[in-house]
Parts: sequence; C-alpha cells; structure tokens
Amino acid sequence: VYFIPGGLDCSISFVSHVLGKVCIHGRQKEILGVLVPRLTDLTKSDCIWQRICWRLVECVPDRWMEAVVLGFVQRAPGADVLSRLLGNLVVKNRKAQFVVTQKMLLLQYGHTTAVLQNLLGYLSLDSVRRTLLLRVLQELLETWSSSSAVKHSPAEQQLYISKAILICLSHLKEPEIERCRQELLTSMMEGVKCHLDSSLPQLRRLGMVVAEAISLKINTEGPVLKFEYEEEDETRELKSLLVQTPSFCVVPSLPDDDRSEKAGTALPLVLESSEQSHTAAPVMPDDESDAELDSDDDLIPYDMSEDKELKIKAPVYIRDCIEVLTGSRAEDVDKWEAAVKTLESLVRKNPAATREVSVELAKILLHLEEKTCIEGFVELRQRAQVAVLTTDPIPVAKYLTSQFYSLNYSLRQRIDILDVLVLAAQELSCPKFHGKTKHSGAQKPCIQLLPGSDSSKDWRRIVDERIKSKTRRFDMGQSRVELASRPNEFNSVAGYFFFPLIQHFDRPLTTFDLLGEDHLVLGRLVHTLAVLMYLAANTVAVTAMGKALLEFVWALRFHTDSSVRQGLLSCISSLLLSVPMERILADMTEELLETQSWLGDVMEKDPDGDCRRLALQNLLLMENLKKKLEAVPS
Amino acid sequence: MALPPPDPQFVLRGTSAPVHTLHFSCGDPEPDIPLLFSGSENGFIHVWNLKTHRVDTALDGHGRKSVYCVETMGGKDRLLSQGRDQRICLWDLAEGRTSVTDSVFTEHVGFCRCSLLKVAQGRWLMAMAARNLEEVQILELPSKTSVCTLQPEVGAKLGMPMCLKLWQLSCGSQPVLLAGYEDGSVVLWNVSMGKALSQLICHQEPVMSLDFDSEKAKGISGSSEKVLSIWSLNEQQNLQVYTTHELVNAGISDITIRPDKKILATAGWDHRIRIFGWKKLKPLAVLDYHTATVHCVSFSDHSSPRERLLAAGSKDQRISVWSIYAQT
Repeated sequence: VYFIPGGLDCSISFVSHVLGKVCIHGRQKEILGVLVPRLTDLTKSDCIWQRICWRLVECVPDRWMEAVVLGFVQRAPGADVLSRLLGNLVVKNRKAQFVVTQKMLLLQYGHTTAVLQNLLGYLSLDSVRRTLLLRVLQELLETWSSSSAVKHSPAEQQLYISKAILICLSHLKEPEIERCRQELLTSMMEGVKCHLDSSLPQLRRLGMVVAEAISLKINTEGPVLKFEYEEEDETRELKSLLVQTPSFCVVPSLPDDDRSEKAGTALPLVLESSEQSHTAAPVMPDDESDAELDSDDDLIPYDMSEDKELKIKAPVYIRDCIEVLTGSRAEDVDKWEAAVKTLESLVRKNPAATREVSVELAKILLHLEEKTCIEGFVELRQRAQVAVLTTDPIPVAKYLTSQFYSLNYSLRQRIDILDVLVLAAQELSCPKFHGKTKHSGAQKPCIQLLPGSDSSKDWRRIVDERIKSKTRRFDMGQSRVELASRPNEFNSVAGYFFFPLIQHFDRPLTTFDLLGEDHLVLGRLVHTLAVLMYLAANTVAVTAMGKALLEFVWALRFHTDSSVRQGLLSCISSLLLSVPMERILADMTEELLETQSWLGDVMEKDPDGDCRRLALQNLLLMENLKKKLEAVPS
Repeated sequence: MALPPPDPQFVLRGTSAPVHTLHFSCGDPEPDIPLLFSGSENGFIHVWNLKTHRVDTALDGHGRKSVYCVETMGGKDRLLSQGRDQRICLWDLAEGRTSVTDSVFTEHVGFCRCSLLKVAQGRWLMAMAARNLEEVQILELPSKTSVCTLQPEVGAKLGMPMCLKLWQLSCGSQPVLLAGYEDGSVVLWNVSMGKALSQLICHQEPVMSLDFDSEKAKGISGSSEKVLSIWSLNEQQNLQVYTTHELVNAGISDITIRPDKKILATAGWDHRIRIFGWKKLKPLAVLDYHTATVHCVSFSDHSSPRERLLAAGSKDQRISVWSIYAQT
C-alpha cells in the first residue's frame, strides 16, 4: 500500500482526507486494523516515518478528526506507540485536544481500561503534554468530588472516572504532586464525603479506594488513610491500576510498586510492646524416665471426677428472665449473659407464658444494650425479638410499628424493627418454595417449622392411615413427597404488620424525617414493604395492601435516592406476584395504567442501571400475567 | 478407687463480710492457743481461737475499708495489716492490748499485698506497692526507712504490681524480690542494688498471685486465665518457664506452698480449692465447699506435722479449715 518516493516532497493531505472519510463512515476498524500495525513497525526507529505519521493525522480535517483520533487511541497497542503515532497532536489541534481530554474521559464512559491506560500514558510521556495530564486530573477530581455527580451519574461512569483518576495518579511525579498537593487534599475530602453518603455500597467502596490512593500519594511518609471494606475483584483491579508497568525502564516504578503494595496490606497500628521482655525457651521438665524417687508418690490423689467446668444456671422462667434483664445489679452480669442466651428458646417453649408479657418483653428487647461482650449479641437479640413477635403477633406488631414512628429512637433501632417484622412475617407465612428475598438485610437462614403438637393433626393422620390400609391400590403411581402444610398464620396479622408502617411516612418528627435526611431508613422501609407484600400472597388483606402500596409508590416515584427507587420497583414486583391479576385489573385499573407508563419512563430515562432493569422486568411481568389471564378460559 | 475429697474439719462463721486474707499463728507451744487472723471487707481483723473456733478479738483499724493483707511479725503479739484505706498498720497485741502502734501511709490504691521478710532480729524488710503506678518500695521496719524504690524502665509498660514476694536464699544473703505485674510478667529484682535481674512473661493476663520455693529455686504463678505457670531460677539469676498447667476453670486468686514444700494450694474463682503436689504439679484434690469465689488460702505453721491445717477464706463470708495430707 505504501511506497516511499525517495527524497521527493509529497503532500500527504490526500491520504489524510481518505483516512478521515473512511473513519467517519464507520470503517475505523478495517482501515486502522491494517494501518496501525504497519505504522507501528515503521515508526519504531525511523524518525522520518514518525514525522510522516504525525503529518498524516494533523492533516485530517477537523470534522473527521474525532473519529480518527478515537480509532487510533483504541487501536494502539500501548501508550508509547500512541505517542509515536500521534506525536503532539493534542497540543497542536484543538479538536483532538477536546476529544482526548474531555470527550473520552468525561462525556463517554464505555472505553476499556486498556484504552484509558493508553490515553493517559500518552499524555504523560511528553513534557509538553504533561500539563494536559494535570489539567485532566483536575477536571476528573472535580467531577469525582461533586455531590450531584455522585448522586445522579450511573455507577459505570463513576467507576470509569475512578479508574481514570487512579491511572493519572500513577503517572504523576513528585514535583507535580508537590505543586497540587493542596488541591488533591481538598478534592479528596469533599469527594469522600459525597461517596460515603451514598446508599449504594459499590459507590462507597469506589470512594474509599480512590481516597486511599490519593492519600497515599500525598502523604508518602506518616499515616495514610485506611478504610475498612471487603476486598473484591473490583477493588483489586482498581488498586492494581496504581502500579505502573511501563514497557521500558522498570527501575523508577519500583518505589511505586512498594508503596501500592503497602496500601494493599493493612498497616499494623498497634505497636509491639513486648520487645523488651524476652520469652526464653521453656525448659522441659524431667521425664518419667528419671529414676529420682519421688516423695510425691506418697500422696494419693482424691477423687476429682466432680471437677467440671463451672456453669452459670440460666433462668428457667420467662418472668425470671425479665427480672434479670431489667435488673441493674452489677453482680448479676453472669446471669444477665445466661438470660440473653436462653431467652429465645424459653419464649418458644412457653408460648402461653410469653403471651402474658409479650409487649413488655418486646419493649425490653428493643431497648436492650450490650452490657458485657457476648458473641453474637445482635443476633441473639434479634432472634428473641422474632420469637416474641411470632408468638404473639398482634399486640407486639402494634407496639413495634408504633415505636417505629416515635421520637428518640436511633436509626439502628428503627431498622431493627423493620428487620424483625420481616423475619417474623417470613416465619409466619413460611413460603413453600425458596422465595427470593429482595430485602438485602434478611439473609438469615429460614427458621424451621415448629412441630405441630395439637391433637387435630393426630386424628387426621390416624384417619389417613386407616384409609390407606383399607383402600386397595391398583396403581402406585409416582410417589411424591408431600410438603407438610399448615395454616398460614400470617393471614390474620398481615394487616397489622403492613398498614401502620405505611401510615405516617410523610409526617416528619423532630428526630426522624423519612422524606428528608433519613433516606437510608426510607430505603429500608420500602424494601421491607416489598417483602411484606410478597409474603402476603394468598392472604385476605392482599388486595387492600396492594392498593395502599400502589399509592405509596406513586407518591414517592421521583425520589432522588436510587436505592429507594429500586425498593419501589421491587414493591411493584411483589404486588404483581402476590395480588391475583383479576383483582388488580378489577380494582386498580387506572393506577395500573399510570404505573405502566411510569415504568416505561423509568426504563428509558433513569440513570441507575438496576432501576432500569427492574422496570423492564416489571413491565414484562405485567404482560405475562395479563396474557395468562386472557389465556385461561373463563 | 479414689476416695472422695474430705470435708472441712471445721468452718468459721461470723465475719459477716467476704474474707480477703488469712494468716495462721500456731507455732508457739502449749499452753499458747493456736490462732488464725482473718481480714475482711468490712475493715475488721478477726482473731480466731482455733481451739474454741470462736472470735477472740476483733480489731478495727482501717476505717471500715477492706483489709486485704494480714501478717505476723515474729509471733502473735505483733501484727501487720494492710487495708484499702491506703495504710499499713502495725499492731501490738501482747497481753490483751489491741492498739495500733504505727502506720505507714502507702498511697497505694490497688490491691497488691505487701511482703515481709525478716532480715535480722527485730528488723524486717517490707515490699509494698507505692503511689506511682509501676513502682515498688522497700521499707525497713520498724524504722520505716526507705531502702530503695524499684522502678521499671521507662516504656516497659508492666502496669501495676499485682503480687510481691521478698526472699533471701539464706540468712545473711542478698534479699531479692519477685514481683508479678499487670501485663503478665514476673520480674526478679535485686533489692540492694535496686535493679531488675530478670523478667519473664508468664501469662497473657495480670498475674494474680505467686509463690516461690527458695530451696528448689522454683516458683508458681496464677492469673485470671486458665493456666498456672511454673518457672525456675537458674544460676545466672535468670527466670525460665518450667512448665504450665491448664485448669478446668479460669481465675486464681491466691497460691500458697506449704512450708514443707510438699504440696501447694490454689484458691479459685470457680469456688474451688485445688491441691497439687509441688514436685511435679500432680493434681491431688479439689475441695469444693464454698459457694462463691475463694479469695485466699493459707497453710498453718504448726510445729507438729499431724496438726497442720489449711484455711481458705471466701466471698461467701466463711472460712473453711481443712486437714489434708497431714500425715506425710
């Protein structure tokens, strides 16, 4: 394709035009697939070819520049190759500069990490271009630290920007860091705040990783910022971006390697205090092979079989437990621990006794704080609460839902109330198929069925056996395991769990404002309502619940917090799954139509990917259910 | 078939407060009465008559603050007691008197029992924890002059001294102090030079009590965990771990070795007294009588071996007295 007219001055602008035109028509892959490797080889050591290449790209007309530059950046096998191919194009050509520094980084976010590495590496390789690198970093940090960007831009874009920031940081040299240390610090502080405020754990993690990286860069000695989060593929990938592996001259990057490795492992914060004392090696006592006569042999040991571990006796009656838990005597700490540990089993074994004191127990448990350090205190308390709630659902549910909206409870306690309601509802309704719990908090294993001990089951069993023995069977048929069935205890109490929670959500109290600051609790409340709706399938109250839930969702549908919106969409899913379609179509036609159009809107325009997916699922579900209804012959 | 453990020979009741310290004084020959001194949480020191099993005298010298150490100084007429009122009192009990002759203001707000050592006729050395956190002061009694102050080096982080034992290898040799600290280490101090000779980490938790056998150069310490630690002293005056023994329940308040060095007794937080053979730490008996933490154990100093007794004082306000392994 290419021939060198030796020594002749020729104009390459025709070739540039061709290249530009081809690229803009979308044929970047084909032409650059051939061009770029050829040029890479040719420009490796030959300066003239480098200049030719630069001229080539410089002459591409502005209207086609974007396509060409994009293509080159995507195709180039490395930052140094890109540097050879493009030269200082970004500095000379304004359009190219815009594409590289603004469009590809801030306005698009679909490019791979390799492309980012190419681009930013390219910017860092020349001193003229490095000013652009710094500018790019500043703008990226501005976006990263702006709270509206964190709230409204999709998670993928935020991940992209975080990656770009980390790669930029890895390219920065000491004097440059010195110069912009203050700005880095300010943006880091602001950015960390916005990220930690978010209710999506992925965004919080992103914020933490980037903040740690920035802090590492600006304080090379002394304590660095260290967050606690679970290591995941994403965080590991992000951290690996801080390490630079240039294709040449490995030596200067070694300090970077060490530093980023130290960032990965936890810094021991507790100083070793035992340097002074020496623990000498233990001298082994003389073995029995020693022939020394032992006057100890004269001493005959007594019977020590009674010597066992000391166990504190736990209280055996519920009222005793109550006394111990509310008592304030400091010496009864051991008894207090024992009471906390046995409370759940006592409650389940003595339902009648529990019913007498159920509300009092619920109150005590809600306010119970850890007096001593027991393992699994939170779980013990929660299980006891669930036990109390399932034993006496109506009064305790009334109490808990009223307390949810009362003054002076901590967020933790309010969320506890929601968790307990969900777990108890799950236990009471005991779905027969492995339900997908949408509530992220209720990951506890299913509580087992209590064995039915009343005589009504016995007679049925006896009758069944008698019938079985008397009837002659002609065909065995497939033996199927019959699932044990019991009446749905959630039926009578579903309303008591559900409606009080919905009632006061828009009434702010001095310490609790669901629609304002406490959107974290609102998110959890919405998810709880979704689960309760789902568990209320086949109950009498399900239609009324559905109607109330639809109104609730309608009122909150434009909430800014994406986890609340996800919760609302899962409410709709639960509703569609639980309320029979005939009832929906009969009682809630208008609301259904409105919801349908809202779902369509969400599916197209919502910035959060999960919301869009859930909206699509809901629409499909609606369609399927309607079709099923029409297919059933009336 | 092993015999069941013996019952207490008798039980002394009447302190009406948890008992924190015990000390026998039975060495005098007849017609002197064998006595047992006990210190309780209500500030009283009771002098028990071991023949009648009743209280002969009750001494009130610590302002109703708990008495946690009681020792005799050369006979039952001179008593030393240490209480939570930050004072150490010296009593004169001869001929029926009950007066405090002297007192030392220690300014120590912890629970570290002082340790006495007779160095010459009429002269004692006393080691006690002092006002500063990690310090141990050695005083000479009855003159109350300070011999030295034992301070660990800066940054050692040993914590409070928890238990002390002054001893000397033989009469006239250098007195040495063994101190157990809050961080679980035992330090050997040279008293005359005032510096530490050796340090050994014996436990992960504070050392609650220790005792030492100077003939065998072996010692034992107990702490709030489940392990008893036995350590030895070699010729270079270095402490080394000899062995450890794991207990069934955690927590030891007091350890004492019988004067004939054959057995030792431990007082446990699990309400039990355990007897071990000293040679190899063979478990010999578990005496389960008390219904609350046993705070102290003490062996009697009877001159006739057959009369030897073991006493244990507990939080349940009773003192149990046992006759165990008295025949050997």
